[in-house]
Amino acid sequence: MNQVKPNAAQPKPWNDPRVRALFFQAAAIVAVFYAGWTLFDNTLTNMESRGISTGFGFLDQSAGFGIIMSLIPYDATMSYGRTFFVGLLNTLLVSAMGIVTATILGFVIGVARLSSNWLIAKLSLVYIEVIRNIPILLQIFFWYFAVLGALPSPRQSMDMGGMIFLNNRGLSVPEPITQPGFGWVIAAIVFAIAAVVVIKRWAHKRQLATGQIFPTVKVSLVVLIALPVLAYLITGGPLEWSVPELKGFNFGGGYTVLPELAALWVALTLFTASYIAEIVRSGILSVSKGQTEAARALGLHSGMTLRLVVIPQAMRVIIPPLTSQYLNLFKNSSLATAIGYPDLVSVFMGTTLNQTGQAVEVVAMTMAVYLAVSLLISFFMNIYNRAVALKER
Amino acid sequence: MSESMAPPVRAFAPVQWVRNNLFNTWYNILLTLVVGYLLVTSLWPLLNWAFFDANFAGESPSDCTSAGACWLFINQRMNFFMYGFYPDELQWRVDIMFALLAVAFVPQFIERFPGRRWFGIFGMTGLPIIGYFLIPGGWFGLEEVQSSKWGGLMLTLILAYIGILGSLPLGVVLALGRRSEMPIIRGFCVIFIEVWRAVPLITVLFMASVMLPLFLPEGMNFEKLMRALIGLTLWQSAYMAEVIRGGLQAIPRGQYEAGSALGLGYWRKMRLIILPQALTLVIPGIVNTFISLFMDTTLVLIIGLFDILGTVQSTVTDPAWQNVAIEGYVFVAFCFWVFCFGMSRYSQNLERKLDTGHKT
Repeated sequence: MNQVKPNAAQPKPWNDPRVRALFFQAAAIVAVFYAGWTLFDNTLTNMESRGISTGFGFLDQSAGFGIIMSLIPYDATMSYGRTFFVGLLNTLLVSAMGIVTATILGFVIGVARLSSNWLIAKLSLVYIEVIRNIPILLQIFFWYFAVLGALPSPRQSMDMGGMIFLNNRGLSVPEPITQPGFGWVIAAIVFAIAAVVVIKRWAHKRQLATGQIFPTVKVSLVVLIALPVLAYLITGGPLEWSVPELKGFNFGGGYTVLPELAALWVALTLFTASYIAEIVRSGILSVSKGQTEAARALGLHSGMTLRLVVIPQAMRVIIPPLTSQYLNLFKNSSLATAIGYPDLVSVFMGTTLNQTGQAVEVVAMTMAVYLAVSLLISFFMNIYNRAVALKER
Repeated sequence: MSESMAPPVRAFAPVQWVRNNLFNTWYNILLTLVVGYLLVTSLWPLLNWAFFDANFAGESPSDCTSAGACWLFINQRMNFFMYGFYPDELQWRVDIMFALLAVAFVPQFIERFPGRRWFGIFGMTGLPIIGYFLIPGGWFGLEEVQSSKWGGLMLTLILAYIGILGSLPLGVVLALGRRSEMPIIRGFCVIFIEVWRAVPLITVLFMASVMLPLFLPEGMNFEKLMRALIGLTLWQSAYMAEVIRGGLQAIPRGQYEAGSALGLGYWRKMRLIILPQALTLVIPGIVNTFISLFMDTTLVLIIGLFDILGTVQSTVTDPAWQNVAIEGYVFVAFCFWVFCFGMSRYSQNLERKLDTGHKT
């Protein structure tokens, strides 16, 4: 092979795409770093002139303010660093609760939208079109100020069977208190789940080998219910319920769901469910009718058709947009700050920032949390998505 | 040998329809009855509250005598909900902008409107320029109105409008950058887009209102509204970039190659061949992004701006009017619903029109 000699028509360096690319990229680096350095320099000068200290030392200082709800032990003498974790856990709690309920409600409404019952289908349509087009913040305000704010005081609270009480301080429900020996019940639950997995594998293998179908679902249900109940009875019922009681002006005992949490939870659930319903509907519609017909032609009954043919294919379409709805719900949970639910933004970016004045560190930490959780959720959802994705061979 | 059969009757029969659509199986009968009962029992008190027992006329809270809604509250505070603290005698300036907005965008919903394209172009270019001079004033002998006095629906529309106008070009640039062949440019764009998309708008607004003053050189500062707009636009541009990237990816490679074969440079290729096709393709996506931006503008009330929800919120907590929270929220919800539902219908129509694929 003879090499191509550079000839006279070689482009001038400033017309060569490679040289241009190098130049533009170098210029971009210089511009970004210059801008970053200017901002950094400005910030330092500004903070110095305003007497704002820098660094993360404030995290060890005592916070000195109370938080109305905390999943970990917290009081006002603890550090600012602790407030960060209190807020973070509250954010994660309401997000997790919202994701579970929004998924269930969204799937129900999405399926109802395709119902053969005209009334149900139209009702779901109205729900979706109304809820989707109203800002989430307005919905949170509505539930918090208009609905929960209008509830009676603890003394006149709504009583449901003497166990559950609803008033403007929140929803009081009986709280289970575990006694020693409850560990056995938990062990039984874990064992039952493991047993179900083993039974399912064995039944599948047997069906492949002999063609006989084992009633997996029924047996699994029996195992799942019977084992924990048996363990509970043998260990002598190691669970007591602390029932809420009116003491003075408020309820003692039991567990009280704050109205802030309840309003946020309800609003996030209803709002996100309307989006999930549309995703589920389009997912189910995306499975062509031929698939159902083919499954029926193979002799699968309608339940199996749904479970083995339609749902797996619909999930492929549903999962990616569902992930972004979960992320949206997680991000929308930061609206808690508008009604005073102590989430990360409200506690850390609100109170802690105001008290310490260290905006840069606090904002950076808060944003880093949202960035990390967002990346984490999309990472796991991508793994799941790969598992259910179309496998081309 | 074949027997001739009468053709099936296909006339519309209400009884048949009800049977097929409401009572076709035993569980549908049950569902229809239960849901129908719940609907009737809840709809009747709702209608009573909203219309039959409601108070429409009157001037003060004491005129709300019956058990229904107190709509006269909305009537009384309408001025505040529309213009915020904008001075009464200068509100004609805002009214002109409202009218121009309608002139520019209502034709977009009417397919056969003559020259509607030009109305749209005016809406994207002339309208913001007129608004820039008219609303703040301070020019041509117009009295100046500080941005802290703006509020209500007017502020909501300004935020949404400038947000979309700023984020669209920025989004195009970011999307092109993300599709660039230069790794460093691509890297910067990916980081920018992903970071903004991962954080909630409220943290962006907090950052804009708390940290932006620290970033700027001493002596230079923006008003609160300007800071919110900067945050809103940057945040929105990341979402816009992702929508536009979808359009760019949908253009077949042949188009890029054909552009290069014609000897067009990068920018001319993009401007003349790729972007016109890509942007047309993603108009529905852009409208949907705009809808969510429009709803998200309500968040500015958390940093102390009085958008329409902010004005209503400050009124319902006002002791002068009590127990009107639901009326206030229903009013705002209705305003947003009309705008958003209209736009989503518009984008669905476009989607159907642009859908030239061969889906079955």
